[in-house]
Amino acid sequence: MFELRTLGSRLAGAMAVALGVSFMVFLLLHCVPGDPVDVMLGEYAGAADRLALRRQLGLDLPLAEQWWRFLRGLSHADLGVSLVNGQAVTGLLAEHFGYTAILALAALLLAVAIGLPLGALAALRVGRGWDDVASVLAVLGMSLPSFVLGPVLIIAFAVQLRWFPIGGAAQAAGLVLPAVTLASGLAAVLMRMTRAAMLEALLLPHVKAARARGLRESAVVLGHVCRNAALPVVTVIGLQLGALLGGAVVTETVFNWPGLGQLLVESIQRRDYPVVQGAVLLIAFTYIAVNTFVELIYTRLDPRIGAGA
Amino acid sequence: MKRTELMARAIVGAWLLIALAASVWPPAADKVSLPGILAPPGIEAWLGRDDLGRSVLARLAAGARISLEVAGVVVGVTALLGTALGLIAGWCGGLVDTVLLRLTDLFLAFPGILLAIALAGVLGPGIANVMMALCVVGWVGFARLARAQTLSVKQGDHVQVAHALGVAPARIVLRHVLPLIAGPLVVEASFACAAVIVAEAGLSFLGLGVQPPTPSWGSMIRDGARYLLVAPHLVLMPGLALASLVVAINLLGDGLRDRMDPRRP
Repeated sequence: MFELRTLGSRLAGAMAVALGVSFMVFLLLHCVPGDPVDVMLGEYAGAADRLALRRQLGLDLPLAEQWWRFLRGLSHADLGVSLVNGQAVTGLLAEHFGYTAILALAALLLAVAIGLPLGALAALRVGRGWDDVASVLAVLGMSLPSFVLGPVLIIAFAVQLRWFPIGGAAQAAGLVLPAVTLASGLAAVLMRMTRAAMLEALLLPHVKAARARGLRESAVVLGHVCRNAALPVVTVIGLQLGALLGGAVVTETVFNWPGLGQLLVESIQRRDYPVVQGAVLLIAFTYIAVNTFVELIYTRLDPRIGAGA
Repeated sequence: MKRTELMARAIVGAWLLIALAASVWPPAADKVSLPGILAPPGIEAWLGRDDLGRSVLARLAAGARISLEVAGVVVGVTALLGTALGLIAGWCGGLVDTVLLRLTDLFLAFPGILLAIALAGVLGPGIANVMMALCVVGWVGFARLARAQTLSVKQGDHVQVAHALGVAPARIVLRHVLPLIAGPLVVEASFACAAVIVAEAGLSFLGLGVQPPTPSWGSMIRDGARYLLVAPHLVLMPGLALASLVVAINLLGDGLRDRMDPRRP
């Protein structure tokens, strides 16, 4: 009973945020300097044509009514058509979404595979050489933006060594460099987080007890330290999956990866506002959905939270 | 770890000097030298020349000025605005607090620099629009932090005493709350500086920021990416500049945070 209520309130909260976000994105399109109609018809269109198109698009209606129309369209997955080629925005988004999802998931797996072991190692060797190396790596990973790391990786592994293609999604190997680029920041965050969580868990009394019972060090670490350190790390992983979506926008442009981010940037340059609106909305909604899901799982994972709150 | 912090200070200081010098004596960032097109780094041009034969060194110096100017303006505005809003919300509580919290929730529902990209895209390119977009996005972190800190300081004995003595609320907030929460906010500001510099370069890289011929590290990387095969220095030099500045600022922030953390020796 109790859990259903938490579930309901979390979902209601997420819905409210989504509604607010849709209003913000709707407003965004309306602070475009000038008029989408000018973009569609060009500078030399007659006044009558303009008026007709404005009426057809519903731009002459009051703002509140336009928002209502926008929301009604949204509920039917109808986000209008592209100003450039007349394709339905929803179709365009569906075409590109898969690529972004694959990239984000690959980056997440990679970041976990790199960040967790390195962070754990740093915690077990705290204050020694490897710990210093790991902390330098972490600062680099968090500071290097994808549009710097990406080209460097291209020069090294695509141009010099020719191991991977320079860009695009035509070959499966084309996923490697963008995924590494996108993963670097998250791997650094996970490394720091894992190190801090392990250090904290190492000081817990039951770890001391396990050592006193004469358990082997590996058994102590795996069975008693890692399990306690897992919780904060899992939360960070979940919350960062959504953040990867934002990072993907730039990374996709670097590697010419045909995902949502590339669609967004290209549509901005072509002033194709309905597509811009749709892409921003889809990325933000996915982010909200992922975060809500992670929060719900988190409350189930930690029995201490589930019982208390 | 002391050595790294000294080095970080030196790097940040050097870039500040370069930016300052670039605003006093503007470098010849637009001067074209046709024989030197795509020249690699050498004696004639230390860091090489770009696709129009312009000096990469001069453009880096001019770009440093843009980067630090944007960072200064955006962090200044967002820190003031965010702190003020957070203080008010944390102090007043109730409806004001709820409204501010919900508002920040909305802004935090956009991952990373997505909102800045959308805003900059809609407003149109240009450095003023970049600053505006980054300001709209940047105040949220300061507001959240200031609010949380205010909530904890508000309960302190010295605030209660000031209340009992009949000190005006505005004076309590400014004299007895703000100084206590300033530390974490300064740390936040240093990390925000690094984030804004990366964001400006990112927007310029996407073609949404500073417009040609004005040099920005981001747009230099964008333009240079077309010559990755023949002239990798066009990407590596601004990349190195950006990385060195951002790493140094983040290290300074780390150092500041460690020093303010009472749990550390």
